[in-house]
Amino acid sequence: MKVTVDGITVEVPPGSNVLQACEAAGKEIPRFCYHDRLSVAGNCRMCLVEIEKAPPKPISSCSYPAADGMVVHTDSKMVRAARRGVMEFLLINHPLDCPICDQGGECDLQDQAMGYGMDHSRYAENKRAVADKYLGPLIKTVMTRCIHCTRCIRFSAEIAGVPELGATSRGESMEVGPYVERALTSELSGNMIDICPVGALTSKPYAFVARPWELRKTDSIDVLDAVGANIRIDARGPEVLRILPRVNDDVNEEWLADKSRFALDGLKRRRLDGCWVRRDGRLVRSSWEEAFGAIAARLHGLRGDRIGAVAGNLADCESMLALRDLMASLGSANLDCRQDGSVADVSRRDFYTFNTTIAGIEEADAVLLIGTNPRHEAPLVNARIRKRWMALAGRLPVFGIGPAADLTYHVTWLGDSPRALAALADPGQAATQALRAAKRPMLILGAGALARADGAAVLAAAWQVAAENGLLTPDWHGFNVLHHAAARVGALDLRFLPGPRGKPLAGMLEGGVDLLWLLGADEFDMARIGAGTFVVYQGHHGDRGAARADVILPGAAYTEKNGTYVNTEGRVQRGYFAVYPPGQAREDWKILRAFSEHIDRRLPYDAIGAVRARMEQLNPVFARPDVSPRFGASDLTAPQGDAAALTGAPFVLPFTTYYQTDPISRASPTMAECVATVGRTALAVAAE
Amino acid sequence: MAEEIEQPAAFAFDAASEAEIARIIAKYPPGRQASAVIPVLYVAQAQMRRSSGSAWVPRAAMDAVAARLGMPPIRVYEVATFYLMFNTRPIGRHHLQVCTTTPCWLRGSDEVVAACREATGIRHWGETSADGMFTMTEVECLGACVNAPILQVDDDYYEDMDAERTRALLAALRRGERPPAGSMAGRQGSAPEGGPTTLLTPAQPGGAE
Repeated sequence: MKVTVDGITVEVPPGSNVLQACEAAGKEIPRFCYHDRLSVAGNCRMCLVEIEKAPPKPISSCSYPAADGMVVHTDSKMVRAARRGVMEFLLINHPLDCPICDQGGECDLQDQAMGYGMDHSRYAENKRAVADKYLGPLIKTVMTRCIHCTRCIRFSAEIAGVPELGATSRGESMEVGPYVERALTSELSGNMIDICPVGALTSKPYAFVARPWELRKTDSIDVLDAVGANIRIDARGPEVLRILPRVNDDVNEEWLADKSRFALDGLKRRRLDGCWVRRDGRLVRSSWEEAFGAIAARLHGLRGDRIGAVAGNLADCESMLALRDLMASLGSANLDCRQDGSVADVSRRDFYTFNTTIAGIEEADAVLLIGTNPRHEAPLVNARIRKRWMALAGRLPVFGIGPAADLTYHVTWLGDSPRALAALADPGQAATQALRAAKRPMLILGAGALARADGAAVLAAAWQVAAENGLLTPDWHGFNVLHHAAARVGALDLRFLPGPRGKPLAGMLEGGVDLLWLLGADEFDMARIGAGTFVVYQGHHGDRGAARADVILPGAAYTEKNGTYVNTEGRVQRGYFAVYPPGQAREDWKILRAFSEHIDRRLPYDAIGAVRARMEQLNPVFARPDVSPRFGASDLTAPQGDAAALTGAPFVLPFTTYYQTDPISRASPTMAECVATVGRTALAVAAE
Repeated sequence: MAEEIEQPAAFAFDAASEAEIARIIAKYPPGRQASAVIPVLYVAQAQMRRSSGSAWVPRAAMDAVAARLGMPPIRVYEVATFYLMFNTRPIGRHHLQVCTTTPCWLRGSDEVVAACREATGIRHWGETSADGMFTMTEVECLGACVNAPILQVDDDYYEDMDAERTRALLAALRRGERPPAGSMAGRQGSAPEGGPTTLLTPAQPGGAE
């Protein structure tokens, strides 16, 4: 369709509205209620344009379908007058409190009032005042500022899938809110702050902290789940003040999960800002020299097989590579990145990645979830499944094996143990029939389902279900592993796994090694480490690992280093340094490089470029950041494991709460408050 | 907001309501039960009138409606607070809804309002009389302008009102009587006062008048 906007002719796809056509022509249309990822409400009236041969009145472009040959004027006298009129009405009841409003400087209303506002108000009456609403510990409300665009209402109902906000009463008395006030039960609620065009919904933890123009903005990657959401880190001086999503339609669209957004106050608490060495049973502060010396002294004379290393869930690929190389130089093959003890078959990459890709979920027409609660393990993946479910008007068949939960879309639960998986072999099953009838069926195997005694059997059985029911075709790969640890896929790509005759984590515990190097590993039971084992903890938080350590080497958190992360899809992404790590802390690969020199086994790289070159040499996937090529399944050979060895033990999910799953979020007071309020509500809802 | 008033902790539909709801829901295609939200809210309000003497919809009743129709509670709150026919706070035994829109006002609704105030002691719109008998609300056009002014008592229209008739009606309601609804001037429907003025003779077959 050809549409002419202010003399510029553009081609737009059928189904576009006039606003989209104007954008295609490069014309900015002011809007408050229209949002391209939400349904069209058409109630703010700010996007008025003039259309030739249409009714001779201003037309709201967001709700008017574009047609072939349409001629649109976005800057005529009538349009300007109409928008000025709308702005005047919007400002009638909007307070003039920009100087004390957190939205100031990044407010759509403020910006557009510069273009369409009057220099004075003709309204002499009292402005309306609206009582603020309680929405939980994350969102602060100043409802007098609300202009009733209803974006938050539509977001909660459509994207988040928790219809808890609405517009009650009418006319002058209309109020946006939950009516019954309690914390929102969404893991995506922070996005309402972003989409609110005014200062009605702002971040509670960030209230009155900074102005946007004071912030230094750094693009980075989130590591608090394995989605690899693209983020922007806003810092002032040495402090990270805010984390916002960046648009990446392949990964997080423009959303960010609450933990990733709000756990940042954990970055300032319980930090390891110096080296510590245990002397006479107590950790005492030390210099780098002393700390390195203590480790070197313990290493002296140790055989390689008595040394082990474990990589944690937040580790960047560079540091894991450096640790792997260091261990190799010491003659150790005792490496593991799987603190949960899960199985992994790294003989092929599609055995451990999310092959359909996150964006690919939008093509799926049947979904099987195995041992996972994506709402907690990857809220943005869950939002994609819901998006697909919404797009199919609720007719996307979703089956679940595992503990039943409210995932914001309809799920048919088939049972909570692998028996239900085995039962899918019966072609008479409704679920099996649905998978076979689908053109693009997919299954999502939770990482938690592999962290079991029969994990290999679960992996093989899931693959078998995929192979037998048409999930694997030359142009569609419907087998997906959903990880929740940001470091996991990168670690598997780097083969941070037991080498030949190497021990897995379980073998290193109970005295299996004499020196254990923990790279930010906090998620296993430290009591299982043998009493005689010398523990080096390299990381950024004083969490479980540091408490057990004999030497602590202070590392950098993800906001404080340049790092490569591979998300659950296998997408290689780079995070960038935003602020300096505190005190003595340093970037992790540099610590390992420095230590290697200290013990005369110098690692062959001095700059991050050289580290990355070595990563590429080890696995060519690291040469192609930011892309995640879609591919079909050409080879149906199953991963190792005997599908018949399934047990009847129910699947257990890796998390009991969404909000505190790693050292950063455990140190975050905001997340603790969420556990106390939202988490409890959500668990109660799930139990019903 | 709902928090300001005392809300009953629970609400359950009684047998009469359930029968009515089943009849209402049957009108809509399967999966479209949410369309029944307004009539079902009326059922809930009527049940409150039967059980407590006050026709209102407490929050628990809205939740019950939501559960019954399989819709999120907030969607029911939105409807119930939007339409003024649903009372989201307790009201008196009788709900006096005086129309003050232009036709009724031209025909003397001020008189009706004054008579209501005088007879009930209510001073402001939305107030309930001290004896709990009456709540008075100002409503917009009730769509019966030809018989203006209108005083709607609960679900009944009392038409052609004036001060005297209002006083008599309220006195009867106080006594527990329920005068027949309709024109208080004795008109049949909205036919002219004092009998018909047209079509007085039977039409002649094939001819005009």
